Amino acid sequence: MTLLSIRNLTLHIGDANILRDIDLGVEAGEILGIIGESGSGKSMTALAIMGLVPEGFSSGGQILLDGEDLLKKSEAELCGIRGDAIGMVFQEPMTALNPTKTIGDQVAETVMVHRRTGRRAANRIARETLDRVGLTEPQFPLGKFPHELSGGQRQRVVIAMAIALRPRLLIADEPTTALDVTTQAQILALLKRLVDEDGMGLILITHDLAVVAGIADRIAIMRLGEIVETGPTVGLFRNLQHPYSQMLFKASSHQPARNPPAVTGSVPVLAVDGVVRDYPLPRRSLFGAKRQFRAVDGVSLSIARGENVGLVGESGCGKSTLARAILSLEPVQAGSIALDGEPLQGSAGASFAARRKLSVVFQDPYGSFNPRHTVERLVAEPFFLLGLGAPQGAERRRRIDRALTEVGLVPADADKYVHEFSGGQRQRIAIARALIIEPSLIVLDEAVSALDVSIRAQILDLLAELSDRLQLSYLFISHDLHVVRTITDRVLVMQAGKIVEAGDTATIFANPQHPYTRQLLAATPNLEMALAAREAALPPVDPFLNPAAKQNLPSPLRGGPGRG
Amino acid sequence: MTDLATAPLRRDSLLRAALGSRNFVVGAVITLGILLLAVVSFIWTPFPFSAQDIPNKFKPPLTGSHLLGTDYLGRDMLSMIMVGARTSISVALLAVGIGALIGTPLGLWAAARRGTLLDEIIMRANDLVFAFPALLIAILITALYGPGAVNAIIAIGIFNVPVFARLARGAALSLWTREFILAARVAGKGAARISAEHILPNILNTLVVQITIQFALGILAEAALAYVGLGAQPPMTSWGKMLADSQTMVALAPHVAIVPGLTIVVTVLGVNLLGDGLRDILDPRLRRSRR
Repeated sequence: MTLLSIRNLTLHIGDANILRDIDLGVEAGEILGIIGESGSGKSMTALAIMGLVPEGFSSGGQILLDGEDLLKKSEAELCGIRGDAIGMVFQEPMTALNPTKTIGDQVAETVMVHRRTGRRAANRIARETLDRVGLTEPQFPLGKFPHELSGGQRQRVVIAMAIALRPRLLIADEPTTALDVTTQAQILALLKRLVDEDGMGLILITHDLAVVAGIADRIAIMRLGEIVETGPTVGLFRNLQHPYSQMLFKASSHQPARNPPAVTGSVPVLAVDGVVRDYPLPRRSLFGAKRQFRAVDGVSLSIARGENVGLVGESGCGKSTLARAILSLEPVQAGSIALDGEPLQGSAGASFAARRKLSVVFQDPYGSFNPRHTVERLVAEPFFLLGLGAPQGAERRRRIDRALTEVGLVPADADKYVHEFSGGQRQRIAIARALIIEPSLIVLDEAVSALDVSIRAQILDLLAELSDRLQLSYLFISHDLHVVRTITDRVLVMQAGKIVEAGDTATIFANPQHPYTRQLLAATPNLEMALAAREAALPPVDPFLNPAAKQNLPSPLRGGPGRG
Repeated sequence: MTDLATAPLRRDSLLRAALGSRNFVVGAVITLGILLLAVVSFIWTPFPFSAQDIPNKFKPPLTGSHLLGTDYLGRDMLSMIMVGARTSISVALLAVGIGALIGTPLGLWAAARRGTLLDEIIMRANDLVFAFPALLIAILITALYGPGAVNAIIAIGIFNVPVFARLARGAALSLWTREFILAARVAGKGAARISAEHILPNILNTLVVQITIQFALGILAEAALAYVGLGAQPPMTSWGKMLADSQTMVALAPHVAIVPGLTIVVTVLGVNLLGDGLRDILDPRLRRSRR
């Protein structure tokens, strides 16, 4: 019997349909990948299964877990099912754990809520479960607190909490999105192993096609509350039917057209020489020596006019600190930074003349703007750098209009507030703000990381086009090697405050020299490689690709290709 | 993106938002009503507020021409409430004003220089004031300069300073790490300008709520000072003083305590509603979702 079978699930609030006719099924031991962009309803589907839809929503259809309809259960019955029969793993390991309780207590809590066991028995189960997720003694005793663990280790604790009672179904909502690539690979391998060991069903929700391509048995692609296409992973990706899935597939491996102008002038746009950034650490004892943490350790780099340079590395490697130093948001302890040959001094004495040549686009399209200002005021903010030379009146408005037009918005948008825009549009506003003072260099700090793949492709196109046309240089900081590969000419790999490898993007990706670079590249999910590897392992004829055979299969997945 | 098009912010849209907020309308009506009472008292009261009429003492409300009754000296309660509103409202308003106008910039300044010695000095000085018993310093001030409304204002105002300084600093600290602040710093703006342009408008919500709370506390603090005889001096009156005078007669004539008490409750409620409404209509994010 099918473990989980969702039939004609609908969810609506007021007149708005959040989910429409969702048909899904998960077998024991099977991994179902649900792919969708923000607003597609993929997380709502997960919440509906858990019976956790927000108040005011009404649902229809059936959600059968081992033949029992979860939608008909009372809240008390659902409490018994959540955490016991169904486990859930959330995206953000930093907030999914209670910082004041030890990891052992948090895993044991799940056990004690559902089983009438004593603390000792619960602790024993907690210990076993933590061992299973790879947090073994003596390094990870039950008494550790969440803040003593790294992001990946915390996510392991969250997984341990979810699987402590060996649930039949595990739902993981973007479990690796907040993690570094190498950690992501480990967590995915862990999930796969747990599914194989326990024979549980896993629903893996993600926006990243490459992540699911590696481990999911089946895929469902969602859009605007509907499943547009579903089927076995390899067969589905090789033969995408719905235009939306095809678009998604293309966007995820999108390569913006680049046509860099000939480099003119010998003075580099940005010259960083031997920059060091130390953070003071608290003394170990009252009379102990002052301690320091060296976040950036003697980094030198230069960027030519019109050149796009990528800076990659995992979280904590110092890439953002370096960016802040270049933006003169932080003082440096040694070394120098010059823009177009003009030195930027320390944080307080940064020269306005040099700063005018520099702009920034941050990661978070929601936090980058003062919510109380109109777009006009937001975009015009860098004019402050021009002092008395800033354009006034009609000229000011003309420059704002031009910047907005340049990024694909319309001049009328200047009178709106940022909350009226989507994430992708906000990132366009951020780029408009960066462009308005006509800088030579834009620092893009994870500028596309928070965007959906289709929006990301558009923004990357925009960035490539602007760079070519305006001879802009970019310092493109990202943990996502895939994106860096598509947009940069040169790439720098940073590890523990140092640049360990630098060179042409194509060369480095084709032939990485440093072990760390190789490790990063190996861990980066690659859709094409994942599919090829799985095809090699699969039998040549897949019954699901044969329409005649498909009719006879008692599959709960009735929503075939082209549905919706 | 075009379906999100809305009219640019204009005065009429702000007005429409204001009239659409029930909190704001009710709060504004109550607050304006109380203010009107205070203003009218300068030119007209039903009776001279200090005129005694002992034979007619303790008259319950709605007897004869005394709408709210009379107190233990036979004075007209409505007239006293009207005149008392002057003292109570001006004490509370000015005390909150002192606190907010001094405390908020101090808190913003400390947040802008977070982690430095200056931050420590500002905040520890605030803690010192906060830790000092309020009544004691009020007694000290009145001992030095004599009792009266002005000294009560200063005494209560001083204790509002750390409240606003702490609140402003706490709220500002979390904003300083936000990316839009970083963007402003990249645009070369200094700490003072960023505090005024970006931080202050975004902590206004919290401040407005606190202002209404402190306003209510101000009225009560004035009552407390009046109670120990350090507030308004006879023949001047205030709501707090009326409450204090009535305490021994509650069993005899409950209305002498209930009338000023209810007036305080209604005023505080009105100001709170006004504050809530203001917060809603001043936030561009909330304005659209309101009908």
